[in-house]
Amino acid sequence: MVYALAGNQNSGKTTLFNQLTGSNQHVGNFPGVTVERKIGEIRGEKKDAVVDLPGIYSLRPYSKEEIVTRNFILNEKPDAIINIVDATNIERNLYLTLQLLEMHIPMVLALNMMDEVRGNGGTIEIDKMEKELGIPIIAISAIKNEGVEDLIHAIREVASKRIYPKVTDFCEKGPVHRCIHAVSHQVEDHAEAAGMSPRFAAAKMVEGDKEITDQLKLSENELELIEHSIIEMEQDSGMDRNAALANMRYEFIEKTCRNSVIKCRESKEHKRSVKIDAVLTGKYTAIPAFLIIMLLIFWLTFEVIGAFLSDILSLGIDALSGWVKTGLEAYGINPVVESLVIDGIFTGVGSVLSFLPIIVVLFFFLSILEDSGYMARIAFVMDRPLRKIGLSGRSFVSMLIGFGCSVPAVMSSRTLSSDRDKKMTIMLIPFISCSAKIPIYTVFISAFFARHRALVMMALYVLGIAVGLVVAIVLNHTAFRGNSMPFMMELPNYRFPSAKSVLLLMWDKAKDFLQRAFTVIFIATLIIWFMQTFDMRLNVVKDSSESLLAVVGKAIAPLFVPLGFNDWRAATALISGFSAKEAVVSTLSVLTGSTMSNMSRTLSTVFTPVSAVSFLVFTLLYTPCVAAVATIRREMGSGLKAFLVVVMQCAVAWVCAFAVYSALSMFVGY
Amino acid sequence: MTLDNIDVGQEAVITKVGGEGELRCRFLDMGIIPKTKVKVQKMAPMGDPIEIQLRGYELTIRKEDAQKIEVEIL
Repeated sequence: MVYALAGNQNSGKTTLFNQLTGSNQHVGNFPGVTVERKIGEIRGEKKDAVVDLPGIYSLRPYSKEEIVTRNFILNEKPDAIINIVDATNIERNLYLTLQLLEMHIPMVLALNMMDEVRGNGGTIEIDKMEKELGIPIIAISAIKNEGVEDLIHAIREVASKRIYPKVTDFCEKGPVHRCIHAVSHQVEDHAEAAGMSPRFAAAKMVEGDKEITDQLKLSENELELIEHSIIEMEQDSGMDRNAALANMRYEFIEKTCRNSVIKCRESKEHKRSVKIDAVLTGKYTAIPAFLIIMLLIFWLTFEVIGAFLSDILSLGIDALSGWVKTGLEAYGINPVVESLVIDGIFTGVGSVLSFLPIIVVLFFFLSILEDSGYMARIAFVMDRPLRKIGLSGRSFVSMLIGFGCSVPAVMSSRTLSSDRDKKMTIMLIPFISCSAKIPIYTVFISAFFARHRALVMMALYVLGIAVGLVVAIVLNHTAFRGNSMPFMMELPNYRFPSAKSVLLLMWDKAKDFLQRAFTVIFIATLIIWFMQTFDMRLNVVKDSSESLLAVVGKAIAPLFVPLGFNDWRAATALISGFSAKEAVVSTLSVLTGSTMSNMSRTLSTVFTPVSAVSFLVFTLLYTPCVAAVATIRREMGSGLKAFLVVVMQCAVAWVCAFAVYSALSMFVGY
Repeated sequence: MTLDNIDVGQEAVITKVGGEGELRCRFLDMGIIPKTKVKVQKMAPMGDPIEIQLRGYELTIRKEDAQKIEVEIL
């Protein structure tokens, strides 16, 4: 059996999915976390699969999410639908329910957050509502895992016995009723041939849904006839077709709710949210609060917790590397192998690994922002300034995720409603400094600007954002002229982030990072070690400046002369950064033969403080890593566009680094 | 009067929903239809967007979109 899980955004759908399947998808307190459908088995039963569809409000073919959901239900014909409904926001949630009912597929309604309704003095009379809607209703609490067993039982029952919804007619007698029924009869055969319910087809036709109309393959004559009855309905009801249908559905919902819902008083959760919002979205306090929160996160991540843990870890790795080296020497192993293990693997992978704590800590804070509901407020507060550059507040959230990693950030741009917003956001995300660049900054900052750590770090981040803004403004006036799409979003109640969810996300990121450290970066270090150890004739080189790598590095180094770092090692490090940004550090450490603890000193022989700044600016802005480019390619749907993004980034990076280097050189008087 | 002119805290009833295409359909789907009561809950620090309350939930919309919704103050 295959069950589809459908519901509004932020209705607890992903939480329920996790409870049903025992899987650990990340859940956010931000509307639209599920952008891709996910499949899981219900509590280990191979024969029962549940598909988590993206959160939607309606079955119109406007957003990607709506199309994904609709096409899944129409084309892949699940055996039953689990429609999750937020009981605290029942009217709006039932709007989708009615459209799902029209599709005429066995269905169970999972009434989520009933505990919250009851806790605040309200209730929903389930028997009465079941009668009104004609489907089984199960009260659940997805977070507390209550009622989920009953839900599984109910869904298996309706699916195996093919129990169809008993009610599909939501119209009172009148013009709308007449029209839908007339159209419904007219399209009956066509709808059945196209594999959809006549009622659903009729409703969509009346709404002017072109896709469904095309699928029905009606003749000119039939289309004309139908159009005629719709026009008559519009005249008789005094409403246009879209308003008439929305009105019909909401009237039915209001009637149902009048009979079966006792509204709760304003909930504790809501009252608390209003109080918090008085500060976090307040007229004078919102922006300072935002800046303070972000600064605090940066300070804690880069100076306090993350930095401390990183130092400990890198000491540990150095010690381990020392022991292994002694061991290998005592064994009398071939010096080339020893060099491979110590100079290649330990130095390369080790230098990247020591940044794991910083990245995990940053994701810890980002996931708290998202889970608590603050991320949605950021979108609300930042919408206006972002609109000036032609984007919406929602894009800002994707950009914030970009501070963690460009890959999920680019993927999250899928929740944006227009293609234009999405493409623009994707092009800006790589300018946001991702966490993989942190190792580069940290190493350079401790080598050259140890006294102003947080300041330089912040400056780099701000520069990335500033350059992104300039690019956005340029794009907005050239390639992407036009307006951003309507911005309609719910602000969820604040809630305390669940430890499980935050820890899961941290573990996820740590795992991801470790995986990359031992795959991409491991291979990159091996290749670089190989190219550095051997020359063109595959002899072991005495001096690394004769190595294969030096040949490549020297070939492109002239490109960077105007930027002030005319050193083949810097050029080579930048090349390896394409595989993963952390590899810039590992390459530099392998090439200069330094370990994490003495890297600062070594770097000052390669760079001057001014060329170090120039190098940092270049690494901040130049091409995204392979993984990000692959994601961009997928989301943009074009390899050429992804390639253009890479070219644009490199060009912008070169120009900015050149400008910064020239300005600083003049200022410092070199 | 249009919804963007309503002060924070004031209640009104929707009389006409304008806009076209996707925007209008979104309005309707979210329950913004004539005879619905709305209340302006808050305004973003820079004056836009606004948050409105209707049908027991809250929705943020931009002022330029709210301008297309005609209301009558209660």
